[in-house]
Amino acid sequence: MNEKDSPDQNESSDSGHQDQIPLMQQLLDNPFLLLVLGIAVPAVFYIIWGIIEITQIPIAD
Amino acid sequence: MSSLIDFRTCPTTGLKVDRAAEKLIKANAVAAVVFLAIGGLFGLLVALTRWPAVHFLPADMFYLALTAHGLDVLLVWIIFFEMAVLYFASAILLNSRLAGPKWAWTGFGLMLSGALITNVAVLQGQSSVMFTSYVPMMAEPPFYLGIILFAVGALIGCGVFFGTLVVAKREKTYEGSVPLVTFGALTAAIIAVFTIASGAIILIPTLLWSLGLVSHIDPIIYKTIWWAMGHSSQQINVSAHVAVWYAIAAMVFGAKPLSEKVSRTAFLMYILFLQLASAHHMLVEPGFSSEWKIFNTSYAMYLAVLGSMVHGMTVPGSIEAAQRARGLTKGMFEWLRKAPWGNPAFAGMFMSLVFFGFIGGISGVVMGTEQINLIMHNTLYVPGHFHGTVVAGTTLAFMAITYILVPLIFRRELVLRKLATWQPYVFGIGVAGISVFMMGAGTLGVARRHWDMTFADAILPFDYPSAAFLMMGLNGIFAVMAALGGLMYVVIVVGSVFFGRKLAEDEKPSYPEVPPDSAAVGHYGSSESLKIPGTAFLVGIFFVAFVLYYFVNWKYLSEIWPLS
Repeated sequence: MNEKDSPDQNESSDSGHQDQIPLMQQLLDNPFLLLVLGIAVPAVFYIIWGIIEITQIPIAD
Repeated sequence: MSSLIDFRTCPTTGLKVDRAAEKLIKANAVAAVVFLAIGGLFGLLVALTRWPAVHFLPADMFYLALTAHGLDVLLVWIIFFEMAVLYFASAILLNSRLAGPKWAWTGFGLMLSGALITNVAVLQGQSSVMFTSYVPMMAEPPFYLGIILFAVGALIGCGVFFGTLVVAKREKTYEGSVPLVTFGALTAAIIAVFTIASGAIILIPTLLWSLGLVSHIDPIIYKTIWWAMGHSSQQINVSAHVAVWYAIAAMVFGAKPLSEKVSRTAFLMYILFLQLASAHHMLVEPGFSSEWKIFNTSYAMYLAVLGSMVHGMTVPGSIEAAQRARGLTKGMFEWLRKAPWGNPAFAGMFMSLVFFGFIGGISGVVMGTEQINLIMHNTLYVPGHFHGTVVAGTTLAFMAITYILVPLIFRRELVLRKLATWQPYVFGIGVAGISVFMMGAGTLGVARRHWDMTFADAILPFDYPSAAFLMMGLNGIFAVMAALGGLMYVVIVVGSVFFGRKLAEDEKPSYPEVPPDSAAVGHYGSSESLKIPGTAFLVGIFFVAFVLYYFVNWKYLSEIWPLS
């Protein structure tokens, strides 16, 4: 293995390459982060907020 | 690992095709078409019953047919086809092996079993609760069990899709970012996971309730969470059919997206906000605050609408850019006039795009506005709207890509080509008519889900305006036309799969034409062209129609609801 192929250098080169990728593209290239966002946003704004509102409806006497 | 996998090379696109993925695509597509045929038949029966002059079915059979129609076409046909799209957009477009084919077959088996169990439950006549199955109406336990099994199978399919993305990245079968069509499929898969999880949260307790193991299901809680499944399942469709639009644009014209960044951001809008549109079903529920209603339907949902409008411009824009690059630069519309209107893949895709935008899209925004929603809430306007999105949009787009996938994946030449040329027009115009006339009847107040719009057996008589009867008659005529178009599709697809000439391993199909640069479908990259005057003009027409229709509804609201 020559110096050029050393794991350390590859890692630093990979992380350097990663730094060059804009944040937005890193987000769009990460399917699992998108999955978390795609579940969390509607779960919070539609389901959880909605259920909280339903639980606050006064019970009829 | 990949060296042990059985691949072939597609002679048309040059893509590596994992034969395990190919078999799964075929199985899911065949199941989809079978359930489309069954569900379509029930749809015709529903439309003939709603046609006042025909009024075909008695009340009990009408509700049975309506339940089966909603279930088979809104859920089963579309999700089976989406599984085929997910496997195509991951394994095939990424030149990768499919992760866990055995898991994928398990998922397929569960989906098929679930669909059959629910269909049998409906046909037995004790589960005519319609697709929404609102409690306290109770269906037989197999009705819920079948849907749950179907959903679990679909969830496994989504897991296989995500697994394939991981495998493809790890085995470096592609460089950089995934192709845009795969990203669109990813969007659909993400929304599918949320949809299925919501379905499990509400349908598992409902199954236990129908078994007598749970005493009570709160109707408003049920309705809220059910729509997180029911409406979001239609958002899977939107994401999948937009991905199909991009795929057809690439495979027919070699078109690249105008801007990958812009199109992906539009899909991100879907991931974040599209599911929130579920709230429009709750707009007249008194238990929710205006903040919840307006945030979900009139702020967040508009960001998803923005995403749709971006796709509505960039898909035809990418086609225009590709056509202009081929020299079709004369005037504003030579690129469109000389488009292959005899190619059913293109014709179906373009009509899907136009009808989805003008009919399904604009009406969706109108229904999502709390105030003007009151004009048409729970009327036939709602099925009119979703026939514009799910049938004229999704089903037509899925039919369109079938004409490309049958030769490329099933390796059979298409039969009945003349019929195939006409099919998208017959089906598309039929469905557009259904949508428009149901929305017209809904605007005049005709209730959805009601067997008899004359209220012949009601104690207190009520008459809708005569124009509403005309609308429902026209709806019936266009439903017959759409059913004919659906039958043409089934005959062409089944005929091609079973009787079409087999293509040799390295033989290119002769029809429909797929150019060599169709390989663009499997690559990341933008055309970066903004010379799209024709598309800009069409977008201008869309905006004028949008604004006019939106404000006409406010004017209409002011007339039926005087404040002075």
